Amino acid sequence: MKHCDVIVVGGGHAGCDAAHAAARMGARTALITLSASSIGVMSCNPAIGGLGKGHLVREIDALDGLMGRVADKAGIQFRLLNRRKGPAVQGPRAQADRKIYQREMAAELNTAENLQIIEAEVADLIMQGTVVSGVVLSDGSEVNAAAVIITTGTFLRGRIHIGDVSQDGGRIGEPPSIKLSKRFEALDLPLGRLKTGTPPRLDGRTIDWSGLTMQPGDDNPVMFSFLSKAASARQVSCGITHTNEQTHEIIEQNLSRSAMYGGLIEGIGPRYCPSIEDKIVRFKDKLSHQVFLEPEGLDDHTIYPNGISTSLPVTVQQAYVNSIVGLTRAKIIQPGYAIEYDYIDPRALDISLSVRDISGLYLAGQINGTTGYEEAAAQGLVAGINAVRFARDQDPTVFSRTESYIGVMIDDLTCRGVTEPYRMFTSRAEFRLSLRADNADQRLTEKGIELGCVSELRKTVFNNKMERLSAARGVLQGKTFTPKQVSEVGVEMNQDGARRSAFQLLSFPNVSFKDIVDLDEAFMPIDAECRDQLERDALYANYVERQKRDAAVLKRDELLILPDEFDFVGIQGLSNELQSKLSQNRPSNIAQAAKIDGMTPAGLMLLLAKLRQAQRLRKV
Amino acid sequence: METIFALCTAPGKAGVAVVRVSGPLAWDACIKLCGPVPEPRKLSLRVIRDHRGKPLDEALVVCFEQEKSFTGENICEFQLHGSTAVVAAVLFELGNCTGLKIAEAGEFTRQALENGRLDLAQVEGLADLIEAETEVQRQQAQRVLAGSIGQLAKTWRVDLIKAAALLEATIDFVDEDVPVDVVPEVVTLVQKTLTALKSEVAGVTIAERLREGFEVAIVGPPNVGKSTLLNALAGRDAAITSEYAGTTRDVVEVRMDIDGLPVVIIDTAGIRDTSEPIEQIGISRAKQRASLADMRIFLGADAKNLGIEKRKGDLSIKPKADFANLYHDAVSGLTGLGVERLVARVAAELKERYSAVGCLSRDRHKLAGQLGIQHLSVVLELVSTDEFGPDIAAEEIRSAIIALQRLVGSIDVEDVLDDIFSSFCIGK
Repeated sequence: MKHCDVIVVGGGHAGCDAAHAAARMGARTALITLSASSIGVMSCNPAIGGLGKGHLVREIDALDGLMGRVADKAGIQFRLLNRRKGPAVQGPRAQADRKIYQREMAAELNTAENLQIIEAEVADLIMQGTVVSGVVLSDGSEVNAAAVIITTGTFLRGRIHIGDVSQDGGRIGEPPSIKLSKRFEALDLPLGRLKTGTPPRLDGRTIDWSGLTMQPGDDNPVMFSFLSKAASARQVSCGITHTNEQTHEIIEQNLSRSAMYGGLIEGIGPRYCPSIEDKIVRFKDKLSHQVFLEPEGLDDHTIYPNGISTSLPVTVQQAYVNSIVGLTRAKIIQPGYAIEYDYIDPRALDISLSVRDISGLYLAGQINGTTGYEEAAAQGLVAGINAVRFARDQDPTVFSRTESYIGVMIDDLTCRGVTEPYRMFTSRAEFRLSLRADNADQRLTEKGIELGCVSELRKTVFNNKMERLSAARGVLQGKTFTPKQVSEVGVEMNQDGARRSAFQLLSFPNVSFKDIVDLDEAFMPIDAECRDQLERDALYANYVERQKRDAAVLKRDELLILPDEFDFVGIQGLSNELQSKLSQNRPSNIAQAAKIDGMTPAGLMLLLAKLRQAQRLRKV
Repeated sequence: METIFALCTAPGKAGVAVVRVSGPLAWDACIKLCGPVPEPRKLSLRVIRDHRGKPLDEALVVCFEQEKSFTGENICEFQLHGSTAVVAAVLFELGNCTGLKIAEAGEFTRQALENGRLDLAQVEGLADLIEAETEVQRQQAQRVLAGSIGQLAKTWRVDLIKAAALLEATIDFVDEDVPVDVVPEVVTLVQKTLTALKSEVAGVTIAERLREGFEVAIVGPPNVGKSTLLNALAGRDAAITSEYAGTTRDVVEVRMDIDGLPVVIIDTAGIRDTSEPIEQIGISRAKQRASLADMRIFLGADAKNLGIEKRKGDLSIKPKADFANLYHDAVSGLTGLGVERLVARVAAELKERYSAVGCLSRDRHKLAGQLGIQHLSVVLELVSTDEFGPDIAAEEIRSAIIALQRLVGSIDVEDVLDDIFSSFCIGK
């Protein structure tokens, strides 16, 4: 294929979901990767999901993306985090078998229509002025496309550190992409430097599991995909052990030999994923840290010791690992390392993840300063959809903070930029009670259908579920009961005389669906899936109502788009300081402008006024 | 579009006060408070009633249809009697109508702008005005920040961030080494803020005096020239003067503007021992008003001789500077000698006090504070039950923080994460 609609460079998590989304929408898509065998590789811990991240996976799935269903096939230990807390803060998580994950991901891509995988190195972008029209491969051949999505992770000036030894590289064992880096440098995009790290990988056969606490998965595993029914791989447990004073002593004595503490590293690391050196320095009074021993696969002896990432020399790694209970004879298969890389300040992107000043160029994943497979895949999906829309001359689609974690992430990235590798947390979503993992399909699948990125199968399943759900909700809302009636079935209720619908009754924490069925047999036929869903919806009904009002205000401001050509300079009445802050941050809409430090209501009005004026002029 | 309402005329006593309601529910609010919507753009005399049907005021009501209104929304305006109590009661009533919210600064203009009712030139003109207001607000905010109550707001901020961080840590970092039971600490932090907030809200009434005018009482023995001084200050004969001691029987008030500050000068009956019943009443009123006033000018006698407590910032002035010849701190209403200096001293003293204004000084601060109290109270209720859900408690804290943003500054998720990462070792 020498000409296509969308080119995706990179076969990591962002690249996979970007390419597949574009292909699903019917665009002729090429995924170009250095090696087809490394498609879907998990370079860090062998797990998908978690809090906030699990929400993202559900949203990717609701839009028919790959990550959820592939993770379901690869999952070897499923846990729903926060199971005892409210459904809004529950996050599905799974340990994944690396090989199965890669195999299933490759299978999805290989069988996708409209998608071609090209094994090659991309050496350059084809550019006409500020318009990208394809890529040049290292053999000199060209592939043309209307839009190019770059998902190359940590390839920009990637540098790996193990103790005092450092080398250039994007991932261990893979060379960084020098030529494309040069082009990116020439594009003069704002860059920052970040670092992240991994722990040493251990040989599970050399671990003494007998004395360790084992953590099994949930008895009734919760899947990521709305289409999956059950786990298919054999389920296993993870082990838990702890560092001790001896471990800490070894690390403290060798701090100066750590790449990070020896001053070799300038990049900023994530605070939520510190190296073991960091933990010991910053939390001196903590005498022990927990370490999760996560199997990397069913037929793989590799163990990922989550919690002890490091950039100490190999000999020190071996020594501190062997000081830990259960690991006294553990062999290191691959030493831990820290990697430093450049990222592109995502404020250079608009909310479609397109580079503002360059037409047809999209960036997704770690290159934008994020961390995590889930964050990457979600961006890939957004970039894939928007690249297709761009190729078809359609307006970009906007994911709002009010409707998805994807929207929260895109807004955070493009509006605030990052100061450490950006990871999703549920606390980032101000509409958390509305944006739940359980209702991701209700929030997004309809949108996906409109965008054309949802398969017929999912569409049918979704429409069927929505019909059942809305019928069931109608029945619940249609029948009302007096407090006296409710008490008669043995449920404690304030005798205030107010009639309440069955749905309203469900919002009381002490009322379960079973009680509702006791009240009226008409509720009996409602199926289990709908019952669970309605219970969760009812629980938050009052808050969701309140959030809807706030969301409407935000949405109104989000829809007031500040076009790329909008000039913040010279707006009368706006202080010079604000003019320059606005010009620098280039908010995409009024809601983003409002978040700029020092912005006043009066300033916002001036922006609005100028926006109206511009719109009026355009109409004339 | 939301329906918003606010007092549109300057706060304080006046002949008329206009409360405007603008938005899709504006006419519904009219029906609720005073019956059917009158013919648009025609004044109609109505009795304004509260939700129990009790009359609040008799007012002129005028409604505008959206096509013909300033904001481009349906508008209902109540031209009330300019009494603070009436205005407060009507605002309270509107605040209780579902779907109505108090307007933010400039929000009517925002509606007008969004509906295309104002063009750019008009907006720029308005923006200048609004900008001027925010500049004062900014100064005010900084003054507050430097003061003791600003300090208080800072501790609220820190405590609320901490409380939110504790809850969020148990939610977002469940597999990590974070404390499991954060409830006792959350309760302590929330309780502390709640208590302080309640006392601040209660104090708004005091802060409101600042807007309504500082009261400065002139007190002294009879016939020292108190009324003459009042007249000189007012620039007109507000009080009757004569050479007879005891001419002023009742309290005479004059509102004036001293260096931009609203001041009410109060002339009181001269204080002496007397057996005349009417004069006795006047003297007891004089003492009462003088001690309630924000500041006292003792003319011609010491506080202790008059039986009125002298407080910090009160002035003692020698009277009739024309006869006693120029004392440094003497004044004469008759010749005007020393009057200017007196005014300057009063202004200096009041400005000093103005700079110590509390956080909560306006109606919308008070509403914000009350909303914060409401949410924080729910938090305490939630955490005390067995079915404690940190998700909902965190939502209530978030709502409280949003309500209190005007007072404590905006709190971002990053502030909360900062606290989590600095308190707990995250990263399993």
